[in-house]
Amino acid sequence: MTLQITLQIIYLIASVTFILGLKFLGNPSTARKGNLIAAFGMGIAIFGTIFLYTDAEGNHLKNLPLIFGGLAVGTVVGWLAAKKVQMTAMPEMVSLFNGMGGACAMLISIIEFQHIQSTFVEPTALAALSGRLLIILLGMIIGSISFSGSMIAYGKLSGKVKDKSFGMQQFINIGLLLIILGFAYMAIMGGQNQALWFYLVLALSLLYGVLFVMPIGGADMPVVISLLNSFTGVAAAFGGFLYDNKVMLVGGILVGSAGTLLTIVMCKAMNRSLLNVLIGNFGGGGGAAAASSSAGFEGSIKEVNASDAAILMKYAKKVIIVPGYGLAVAQAQHVVHELETLLESEGVEVKYAIHPVAGRMPGHMNVLLAESNVSYDKLVEMEEVNPEFATTDVVLVVGANDVVNPAAKTDPSSPIYGMPILDVEAAAHVIVNKRSMKAGYAGIENELFYKPKTSMLFGDAKKALNQLVSEIKALG
Amino acid sequence: MLAFVNEHLQLIYLIVLMVFVGIELIGHVPSVLHTPLMSGANAIHGVVIIGSIIVMGEATHIASLILGFLAVVLGTLNVVGGFVVTDRMLEMFKKRK
Repeated sequence: MTLQITLQIIYLIASVTFILGLKFLGNPSTARKGNLIAAFGMGIAIFGTIFLYTDAEGNHLKNLPLIFGGLAVGTVVGWLAAKKVQMTAMPEMVSLFNGMGGACAMLISIIEFQHIQSTFVEPTALAALSGRLLIILLGMIIGSISFSGSMIAYGKLSGKVKDKSFGMQQFINIGLLLIILGFAYMAIMGGQNQALWFYLVLALSLLYGVLFVMPIGGADMPVVISLLNSFTGVAAAFGGFLYDNKVMLVGGILVGSAGTLLTIVMCKAMNRSLLNVLIGNFGGGGGAAAASSSAGFEGSIKEVNASDAAILMKYAKKVIIVPGYGLAVAQAQHVVHELETLLESEGVEVKYAIHPVAGRMPGHMNVLLAESNVSYDKLVEMEEVNPEFATTDVVLVVGANDVVNPAAKTDPSSPIYGMPILDVEAAAHVIVNKRSMKAGYAGIENELFYKPKTSMLFGDAKKALNQLVSEIKALG
Repeated sequence: MLAFVNEHLQLIYLIVLMVFVGIELIGHVPSVLHTPLMSGANAIHGVVIIGSIIVMGEATHIASLILGFLAVVLGTLNVVGGFVVTDRMLEMFKKRK
């Protein structure tokens, strides 16, 4: 009995650390502490369960060597993967870990179902059993959708899976969801084919996760990952319900609700609704339609070489750098910092304009630039920096496209219409570094590139910035 | 149905309250912190590992032992990977000061 109470107190403490952890994660100065507090809570909850948990008859957990073996394998692999991953590959890593949690919830449900199948149940206990089955099934459905969906999201972000959508996909998805629920009902009702229905639900839920994420464009992946993240939270909470385990319930529901809200906040930053993201398939079909109207822009593309761009920047008073996805891909975050310090030593004021969705995830650009020691106060958020462009001599856009596309303001037919953008046009000169004229995530052309004050500096971001640095140095 | 609700009333209360706590916590987070926050929340739902430990500790069949072991490994990956990745992200925020 004392063991049980001690464990419950440990769970209570762990639940509090989760709440405090999330709270501290919301503030830049306490964020790291928050993460460590939550990790500590997780640690005591895990070891408390291993050593103190007893079932209704007072038996301790068995198979401890296997449990510790599993913990050891997971710790080593997880630690190495998390330590070795490139900062630019962070979003897909988060997606991968999220999928692991979903798979864990799915496996728990499968084992519990097998357990029910193999034990004889008194007819009088059937009602209670159907409640339990419902929880098991819901946990499995959500867990497996989160697992397969996260794997697809991971594949998309790392470039292994391409966007794919076919006609009527939304209707097929809704239909599939209804079939899953129908089969789940059959599985709860029991009978001869209970196992068959159960595994059909499992297979279709995995398929649903794939179809759910497949048509969503790469730019919307952060939103999808955040949503799947809250799914896994809910799946964990079902596990808590199953074992009457309060720390699982608290952790799961907290992430479920906080994650859902975070998803909505992210959508807002892109000025899109969640529904729009889920059924709108941005980068796919919309792109082809918009591309046909691209030829209509006035003006022509003007190219600039590194030495001219270097002169322009060196003799400027104020330069604003707009980093984007291209900078992350080329891993040019260190070079851009070098360029910044070099210009500062020449007496140029340098700032970074950070669009809320720049990079591959909201806030991703800040993480990347922080990695290369860019000072925090140089990173200016969109609302603050927009009025500054008018007094800026040179804007250097590095691998960003949609976030500086004036179509978001001027063209109601554009898929990104209404998205807040950085008003780089207000500056005296705009230098755009891109690898090619290829369209951005949204799959649409950018009128900015055709404007008279815009000049294009083609090439890989890292190479181009390196050239700029050496040209500025050569100017002495 | 009513019996089910009645039996789990305490848990249902907890769920409802935690929904509100979760929403309150995320209220006004600067977009700078969205990625670390998502990653941190990702680590926290790794609490599902507790379920896999319990299932594993009660398993007797070979099939449940294998699946349970896999569940413990995957759950640990979620927890350890999640917290370490988040710490790496936040460590960089700290350096600049």
